[in-house]
Amino acid sequence: MRQRIIAALGIAGLAATGLVACGDDSGSGSGSGGGEKITIGIKYDQPGIGLKEGTNYTGMDVDVAKYVAKELGYSEDNITFKESPSAQRETLLANGQVKMIFASYSITDARKEKVSFAGPYLTAGQDLLVKADNTDITGPDALNGKKLCSVTGSTSAQKVKDKFAKTVQLQEYDGYSKCVEALGAGAVDALTTDNTILAGYASQAANQGKFKVVGKTFSTERYGVGLKKGDTETCTKVNDALKKMVDSGEWQKAFDKNLGPSGLKLDAATNPPKTFDACA
Amino acid sequence: MSGSVLFDAPGPRSKRLYAAVGVASIVALFLALWFVIDRFNEKGQLTAAKWKPFLTGEIWTAYLLPGLAGTLTAAAISVVLAMIVGVLLGVGRLSAAVWIRWPCSVIVEFFRAVPVLLMMLFTFALYAHYEVFPPEQYALAAVVTALTLYNGAVVAELVRSGVFSLPKGQREAALAIGLTGGKTMRLVLLPQAITAMLPAIVGQLVVILKDTALGYIITYEELLRKAEQIGNFKVNLLPALIVVGAIFVIVNYLLGLLANRVETMMRRRGRSAGGPLTADPIDQTGGAGLTGVTTGADDTSDTGS
Amino acid sequence: MDVISEFFSEYDGLAAFRTTIYLTLLSAVLALLIGTVVAVMRVSPVRVLQLIGTAYVNIVRNTPLTLVIVFCNLGLFLQLGVSLANKDSNTFINDNNFRLAVLGLSVYHASFVAEAIRSGVNTVPLGQAEAARAIGLPFLKTLRYVVLPQAFRGAITPLGNVLIALTKNSTVASVIGVTEASAVMKVMIENRPDVLFVVFGIFAIGFVILTLPVGMLFTSMSKRLAVKR
Repeated sequence: MRQRIIAALGIAGLAATGLVACGDDSGSGSGSGGGEKITIGIKYDQPGIGLKEGTNYTGMDVDVAKYVAKELGYSEDNITFKESPSAQRETLLANGQVKMIFASYSITDARKEKVSFAGPYLTAGQDLLVKADNTDITGPDALNGKKLCSVTGSTSAQKVKDKFAKTVQLQEYDGYSKCVEALGAGAVDALTTDNTILAGYASQAANQGKFKVVGKTFSTERYGVGLKKGDTETCTKVNDALKKMVDSGEWQKAFDKNLGPSGLKLDAATNPPKTFDACA
Repeated sequence: MSGSVLFDAPGPRSKRLYAAVGVASIVALFLALWFVIDRFNEKGQLTAAKWKPFLTGEIWTAYLLPGLAGTLTAAAISVVLAMIVGVLLGVGRLSAAVWIRWPCSVIVEFFRAVPVLLMMLFTFALYAHYEVFPPEQYALAAVVTALTLYNGAVVAELVRSGVFSLPKGQREAALAIGLTGGKTMRLVLLPQAITAMLPAIVGQLVVILKDTALGYIITYEELLRKAEQIGNFKVNLLPALIVVGAIFVIVNYLLGLLANRVETMMRRRGRSAGGPLTADPIDQTGGAGLTGVTTGADDTSDTGS
Repeated sequence: MDVISEFFSEYDGLAAFRTTIYLTLLSAVLALLIGTVVAVMRVSPVRVLQLIGTAYVNIVRNTPLTLVIVFCNLGLFLQLGVSLANKDSNTFINDNNFRLAVLGLSVYHASFVAEAIRSGVNTVPLGQAEAARAIGLPFLKTLRYVVLPQAFRGAITPLGNVLIALTKNSTVASVIGVTEASAVMKVMIENRPDVLFVVFGIFAIGFVILTLPVGMLFTSMSKRLAVKR
């Protein structure tokens, strides 16, 4: 009797370890190239910024991340990308789960208390996405009594409610894709977040012609490279790499490739970046 | 098959009535289905562009299969650990020593009361804060911890009711031949209780498997998270969620059948003095029971707790 | 321990727990209704109804709750256009999400309620149903006057377990934006990772307070209401 139980437990244990082995090799891949490895946090769910497409990753953040990593001495094979949802970026950096984060990560004083930033490598602004045939939503102050969608913990939705439209109704989901579904179905009137992200959705092949970015930004979002608090050494190296990327024209190429098709006009005074914040 | 005892064999009038009710419910079902399909079609959810990706290898190799592996990994580790934790806590609760029995009781009651999602959010933040595991494993560790603690508490209760369901004579006989209390538990009672629990534990696996889906809230790479990613890639979130839902139903249904199989197998063998425990009442696997319930005639004598 | 006062003032944790309680109570009533109907369908003489009841239980019970609730919002509301609140109300989104969550929780737990009642039906002795038929009661009356009253009393313990599970599972409503306890805890953990244990402790104790009395109540009820045989 006892032997049978032990055998049963043993089989269950074997099954478990077998599955663990399966799970593992899908993650890290064949690291045969040698050299040091780096884990970089990006978004997986933002077309045009950071998007997982099968086994590839595309978007502006991804291209900048790859360029910077190359300048820091990591070949492309040695980069592991990791999903970094907004709410967890500070934690991911603090515990070393990722070395750098390129995830439409705005530099703010509050965040600077928890993490360090290099950059900025792009300056965006919060904006609204509406249906292509919508005419009455001209900006955030036209949202009173309307329904606005954003992701849980988003600052732009809170800002709209506090400053522009007190009677706006907020729908919060855990991802923008659900917001895009809701906007497409007419359940919400607008979706708010950075104009870059909105442009990314509007230009996805399946969404083309359905949505438009309103084009009235109501904030300045300076996208920085998130680093562990106090990592000035990496910060300096990243800023040098970013400068090189801008000077060589690679930055403009990456922008044209990822966000150009959507017709998005960024503020020309700050894009591409000419100066970078001092590393502290 | 004589049918249920709840109603008489239908006469001609009843037969007509039953047929009418049957036809009406089929019609109602098809109307509902038609409504859903019509609306989905109207909203453009049934286009080839949204569904075709699931016929390509890429969606399966890069999303669904890794997602399924993530789901199964977390579930498998959790069920093994939950068994160990559960047996320890269950035996602890049966201990004669108050200073073992009480803490074990408090632990079991606490983890049965706290929602798994709360536990996951907490342990994820905890591991992140104190850097307990290798960085890549925080999410998995948090999912496994939360599931282990909750299901361990459930298993502990199963162990307890398993031991209680054994005939008194087993314990008395063991003590009579001079075994100590601990040995009685280890050599006589526990083996029988655990054997009797097996179907219930396979049933619990279904619960664990479903609960791994909560892991997507803390970014664990399981099926639901993958569905979200497919939705962003191919702009077909709803179809992706439907496919993932179907995968869950199929895997869990098979596990349910397995639990039933184990139960009947053990009932036939009858090695345990106390007969097998059916799966936990809330999570009982109804499986293939299409025959309707025969009142009181069916067994389920030792339904736990 | 300023975090405890923050819980009451800044985050309005009591309101969040109130939402949790409302979610639980409303879903419990609805789940009991749906579950009873499904259980009756499964033991009914009409084969089609039996199949529908069985399919319901097997599909719903094997789907993660998270998916069920997400389907209520993305499928039922967004695609099928079924909304459960007044569209012109200025609290439409909150009302609608809350009610969709109640519906999702009810539909999911109804499958467990149905199984609990079925197990309750199993505790009713054969002779009861035979006697009911012998005095000429048709199927529905046999159920209503003889079998179900005893079955419910026999199913008290599993029904209590479903209610406790439902209380805890109401936390999943946060995925469609319902501000219940877990949603508030998530925000508090993000803002105050330094007092992680205190934050978790507050919410965990909250759930212990909600579920422990229910467990004890149902245990005593199952003893008091047990049908003497």
